[in-house]
Amino acid sequence: MSCTVSMTVNGKTVSREVEERTLLVAFLREHLGLTGTHVGCDTSQCGACVVHVDGRSVKSCTTLAVQANGAEVTTIEGLAAADGTLHPMQAAFREHHGLQCGFCTPGMVMSAVDLVRENPNPTEAEIREGLEGNICRCTGYHNIVKAVKAGAEAMAGAQPAPVAAE
Amino acid sequence: MANPNGIGASVRRREDQRFLTGRGNYTDDFKRPNMTHAVHVRSPYAHARILGIDFADAAAMPGVVAVLTGADMEADKVGSLPCGWQIHSKDGSPMKEPPHYPLARDRVRYVGDAVAVVIAETREQARDAAEMVVVDYEELPAVGSSTRAIDGGAPLVHDDAPDNVCYDWHLGDQAAVDAAFANAAHVAKIDLVNQRLVPNAMEPRAAMGEYDQSSGEYTLTTTSQNPHVTRLLMGAFVLGIPEHKLRVVAPDVGGGFGSKIFHYGEEAVVTWAARKVGRPVKWTADRSESFLTDAHGRDHVSHAELAMDADGNFLALRVSTLANLGAYLSTFAPSIPTYLYATLLAGQYKTPAIYAEVKAVFTNTAPVDAYRGAGRPEACYLIERLVDVAAGVMGMDKTEIRRRNFVPKEAMPYQTPVALQYDTGDFAKNLDIALPLVDYPGFQQRRAESKARGKLRGIGFATYIEACGIAPSNVAGALGARAGLYECAEVRFHPTGSVTVFTGSHSHGQGHETTFAQIVAERFGIPIENVEIVHGDTNKIPFGMGTYGSRSLAVGGSALVKAMDKVERKAKKIAAHMLEAAETDIEVKDGRFTVAGTDKSLGIGDIALQAYVPHNFPLDELEPGLDEQAFYDPKNFTYPNGCHVCEVEIDPDTGVTTIVSFAAVDDFGNVINPLIVEGQVHGGLVQGIGQALYENCVYDEESGQLVTGSYMDYCMPRADDVPSFTVCYHEDQPCTHNPLGVKGCGEAGTIGAAAAVMNAVVDALSDYGVTHMDMPATPEKVWRTIRDAAPAPTPAMAAE
Repeated sequence: MSCTVSMTVNGKTVSREVEERTLLVAFLREHLGLTGTHVGCDTSQCGACVVHVDGRSVKSCTTLAVQANGAEVTTIEGLAAADGTLHPMQAAFREHHGLQCGFCTPGMVMSAVDLVRENPNPTEAEIREGLEGNICRCTGYHNIVKAVKAGAEAMAGAQPAPVAAE
Repeated sequence: MANPNGIGASVRRREDQRFLTGRGNYTDDFKRPNMTHAVHVRSPYAHARILGIDFADAAAMPGVVAVLTGADMEADKVGSLPCGWQIHSKDGSPMKEPPHYPLARDRVRYVGDAVAVVIAETREQARDAAEMVVVDYEELPAVGSSTRAIDGGAPLVHDDAPDNVCYDWHLGDQAAVDAAFANAAHVAKIDLVNQRLVPNAMEPRAAMGEYDQSSGEYTLTTTSQNPHVTRLLMGAFVLGIPEHKLRVVAPDVGGGFGSKIFHYGEEAVVTWAARKVGRPVKWTADRSESFLTDAHGRDHVSHAELAMDADGNFLALRVSTLANLGAYLSTFAPSIPTYLYATLLAGQYKTPAIYAEVKAVFTNTAPVDAYRGAGRPEACYLIERLVDVAAGVMGMDKTEIRRRNFVPKEAMPYQTPVALQYDTGDFAKNLDIALPLVDYPGFQQRRAESKARGKLRGIGFATYIEACGIAPSNVAGALGARAGLYECAEVRFHPTGSVTVFTGSHSHGQGHETTFAQIVAERFGIPIENVEIVHGDTNKIPFGMGTYGSRSLAVGGSALVKAMDKVERKAKKIAAHMLEAAETDIEVKDGRFTVAGTDKSLGIGDIALQAYVPHNFPLDELEPGLDEQAFYDPKNFTYPNGCHVCEVEIDPDTGVTTIVSFAAVDDFGNVINPLIVEGQVHGGLVQGIGQALYENCVYDEESGQLVTGSYMDYCMPRADDVPSFTVCYHEDQPCTHNPLGVKGCGEAGTIGAAAAVMNAVVDALSDYGVTHMDMPATPEKVWRTIRDAAPAPTPAMAAE
């Protein structure tokens, strides 16, 4: 059985005929070619698939595409400004070496942005607890925590995250 | 002026832009016109005979293109997955090396063993059809653990491996060790298990096969740490495709930690199937498949004894280890519990006599191979736990007994009794740096404060040394390696002065695109933006042995330096010609070529342009072009070393262990990018902490079923499980035998951390008479240990 699913993804209205069982992550990756959102597990544990649906972080591997029908979806591809300027959280991850292999990174960044939206000035403990749903195997979380702290400050406008020159 | 993006600078990573914006290119991201999707049918039994496979219903399912089995592969003469290392037993006989087919033929030997592959238009259709394949199994008794494997009368995993033994190997001087034990004043003993782990790179394995009918060329895109080795193994041994008709691409790879070194059956299946169905075939593991079929790590059961004199000087070490290799031999499996383990049993100590026996066995479990550290964490854990027990036997301070037995700096280079020759290291210095970092003198006071709050505090030390920069080919060859372990690099200057570097090292998170570019920028005095690092494609890179064993910088970086040396020599000739000077009069500094004693000079960019516009070159003496290639074969292993200190607090009511602080002091030789090095340490530490406190891959001993097959059951360390770290390194002891003076940093954290954490946990429980606890120290295990301890500490004891 197939059905039509329509939503706004990264500011663009999209509409596709898909099988009803299609997961949101498959809709994004296979049907829209937005491969920045990753699948790291089958049990909604790792968080590599986190996107924003109507402004809130959601694990797209356990969301049906039809559940996002009519919603505003933002993926990692839609986070930076139109001119390519990185979102402060993206810039902070780069500045503080909060990523290594990059696979968990899109989900981690999307979770971090939502975390800061809910708690604009998180402590280290709050950041660690807030990222409990995202697994990273590379960084040991040390630099992710630093990055989220810096990203939060930058998002608050306290100080723009410095963008390092290469 | 120093290059701002040169050696020693914390250059922000160049690869981050694409990863942070969702523009990475991982294997599953690739999509080809007309592409099909593969799903494997896997054995639900640990051990069974295949009596028949009925796929008629599956083949008729919507979208199904083909259903292929082991019989199809056999008909096409597809070979067995080869093993890259041969070990000989004590009696000189070669290890047992049973065949390992990509799709099982008559018998399955672990849960997850592939028996068929379904290829369909979509992944969902393939998955639906795979569920319709009916395999008639005759279940056989299974062996779910190494101890059960050698239990007399255990079922045989392979009929031609009696007692399930792959090899029974030893290293060291048994007679010298026996003599030392006979004269020892004190002996410390320990029995321990180094539990099985699942590597769990966050990107599941994936592979896409393509076949071009017009050229007869195959392309495999795969999640690999070493595409050239996969090309060689799969091409030559499995599918019979010559190198010039087989391209292997390892694009962005989402972590490896060893698990993506090996050539896996699925790679052969999709490559072979692409020709059979005449369309590209892509397979991507789901996490359940990763748990079942990625090569696992560790899985040792050991007994060890340390002989000491009356003053606590180590006299001899005796180790006996039972290693689980799983159902089949993975690519490097036999070398891990032997030459990457027993050779490290000297640790940082001058123990004069060491004897190690390792019996490696087959079981009905997933293959076991290298996982971050690969043999060296097992060695470090055993030694450092045993040294803590020895400190208890001697009544000595744990730092003092270590210091007393360190190989002194002055003894370098130091020949150990287990084959290795350490080139450099100042172990006392590592400890001297660590002690104030963790305020060791203040520990007893902190312990008392914890006790006042009803908590148990412990401190644990681990010193480690590892053999990295794998490996001198002649040494590896003598020890059974079936390959050389050099590395290759090519440095290509383009006419306008930009540079492309082709390296056989592969980055799957390590940041080579940044680090390697820093080395080039520094050498030639050019902006880092003008340097591009290319890796992971056998059609672009001349050759490569890949990334594992902390070898990229020590071996791949050295190959890069060697290629740059050649470029510089060529550039010098061109400069001499252009400046009308003798070559011997040209001085080179930071990419400027100057006639000695004059102001006549040229930059490397001017020279590159001339190299490609050779209008007046004396062509019989000087070739056009500026593009050089080099192979580097290391002279020795490198020996990163360090001292890790962990402090824990345990809640006796819940058994929960909290890491209060963790400090790592490391000697990696020279450091190219401190930011990246520190990141490698952080990540390594958490994998070690994960082993110590959380992770455990459990098979049911009798049924061989994987009990911990998902993130619901296998506890991965998460952000709120671990602390921030104090990480510190010194560069006083650079490697003496490679041109960069580097030792490698990728595995160090994992090697030291597990031992440091467990020593801290046991220290915290010492009031209860606990002298050892096997990993992981889960709350349940700690709580039970406290409950079972008899008698419970009295207030008087507590006050001691």
